[in-house]
Amino acid sequence: MPVVTPEPDLKQLEPKVRVENLNFWYGATQALHGITMDIPARQVTALIGPSGCGKSTFLRTLNRMNDLIDETRLEGKVLIHEEDIYADRVDVVALRKRVGMVFQKSNPFPKTIFDNVAYGPRIHGVRNQEKLAEIVERSLIRAALWDEVKDRLHISALELSGGQQQRLCIARALAVDPEILLMDEPASALDPRSTARIEDLIGELRRLYTIIIVTHNMQQASRVSNVTAFFYEGRLVEYGPTKRIFTQPRKKQTEDYITGRFG
Amino acid sequence: MMSRRIVEKAVYWLMRGTTYCLVLVIAYIVIDIVYHGFPAISWTFLTGMPRRSGAEGGIFPAIVGTLCLVLGTIAVALPLGIASAIYLSEYARAGRFTRMVRSAIVTLAGVPSIVFGLFGLGLFVLFLNFGASILSGSLTLACMILPTIIVASEEALQTVPKSLREGSLALGATKWETIYKNVLPYAIPGILTGSILGIGRAAGETAPILLTVAAFYLPRLPHSIFDQVMALPYHLYVLATQHPEVDKVRPMQYGTALVLLVIVLGVNLIAIILRNRFRKRCRW
Ligand SMILES: Nc1ncnc2c1ncn2[C@@H]1O[C@H](COP(=O)(O)OP(=O)(O)O)[C@@H](O)[C@H]1O
Ligand SMILES: [Mg+2]
Repeated sequence: MPVVTPEPDLKQLEPKVRVENLNFWYGATQALHGITMDIPARQVTALIGPSGCGKSTFLRTLNRMNDLIDETRLEGKVLIHEEDIYADRVDVVALRKRVGMVFQKSNPFPKTIFDNVAYGPRIHGVRNQEKLAEIVERSLIRAALWDEVKDRLHISALELSGGQQQRLCIARALAVDPEILLMDEPASALDPRSTARIEDLIGELRRLYTIIIVTHNMQQASRVSNVTAFFYEGRLVEYGPTKRIFTQPRKKQTEDYITGRFG
Repeated sequence: MMSRRIVEKAVYWLMRGTTYCLVLVIAYIVIDIVYHGFPAISWTFLTGMPRRSGAEGGIFPAIVGTLCLVLGTIAVALPLGIASAIYLSEYARAGRFTRMVRSAIVTLAGVPSIVFGLFGLGLFVLFLNFGASILSGSLTLACMILPTIIVASEEALQTVPKSLREGSLALGATKWETIYKNVLPYAIPGILTGSILGIGRAAGETAPILLTVAAFYLPRLPHSIFDQVMALPYHLYVLATQHPEVDKVRPMQYGTALVLLVIVLGVNLIAIILRNRFRKRCRW
């Protein structure tokens, strides 16, 4: 097997997140092994791989959500703008404001649509009602939900359909003005039409944010992303431009996975 | 084949009969108290001072005393209980210490109420020198129902899905902001329901107040939390067993029992109403 040559176009992109030799353990079980990758700014990076290969774990190391799980351990470095987010003096709360997250199962708060989107800005000190209303409107427009809910901002978010709830969660994440948006299989629980809407939305958002999306759907990865990372058993097997990964995978495992021979 | 059907039927009727018997016993108690107690109820009985050691007059000081104790118990037990529950549910890491605290709480729930009474006498009345007072009584009752409140509150907190906490934290909220804005509001109705049931129990207990606050006969109202008061359960006990004319004061006993029953059932009713409203409103 030939040595992987560096990807010229990936190298040229400005890196937003640099991961260096990242190892992660749940108790005594190692879930991530020596991950090293530069994630480019203002691109959509897809993380693919069979279930249980560590995609979610990796994603959650980027906003330190794994800190919430007892008895976990991390080695290596995660740099955002060259700043190690696991350094001692890092403010986790400020980090999570910069690195937004959308979860696999949409989790709207049992509050009104308005209060859902305004939750983050309020936490971060925005009190002015006009300013809040402006943020809510802008976030809902960006999440392509505004037209559907503008007349009923004060109904419970739980009355929305599944697809609308997930877009609301995206709007809620955008409302705190993050630089990076992490999405963990954001469309896996949705019907095809809602999925298509979310995919279109990701296409729109790529211009403004650095997006990292986990998906187990090959078509989705090839449709929405321009960079793809293939994970297998906690290791980064192959990483490169999406088109190249899907047309000329260099590793046999990648090819087997993409062509549906396992996973 | 035949015998299996007979067993099936017999079991069914046994269960059904047991249930009916239980309902009958409860109905009998309630009807008996209402039947004998209702004639004793009058405006003077409810709002008047007792006379001749409670043989005549009203039970107003006992009603006021019990209400004071209930309010005092709420004021002490609710904040403490909720705070402990938040700590155990949200902050404490799973480990030996947490397990020990939890089993201590469960054990505390099983301690007989007279033991709480003695504890209250030793700590609040004597050692802290609060004397026999509303303060001592409320603190003692609060200790008794704290386990109930903690367990109920912890359960209510646990029913709030983890995904709501994660969603809030992922937006850059601190842990306390998350608890305060996105966990507690949804848990409060459940916390109140469980707590009110505990408070209803406190209203009816005799043993814990016997040594810490309850006055045998004190026909006046309290002026501060350092005063002694009469209380309905203890007054009932006195009328039924200690009074020189036990048989003659029968109507007073039943009247007192009825008032106590109404207060305790009323408290429980509030809990039930709260719970039903909560069920309708909150779904995720
Ligand atoms: N909270 C956890 N505690 C212990 N092990 C976990 C936990 N979450 C995930 N794992 C384990 O880590 C591995 C990677 O899981 P995950 O990152 O969820 O994979 P993926 O998202 O690719 O399906 C799996 O073997 C999984 O069982
Ligand atoms: Mg996953």
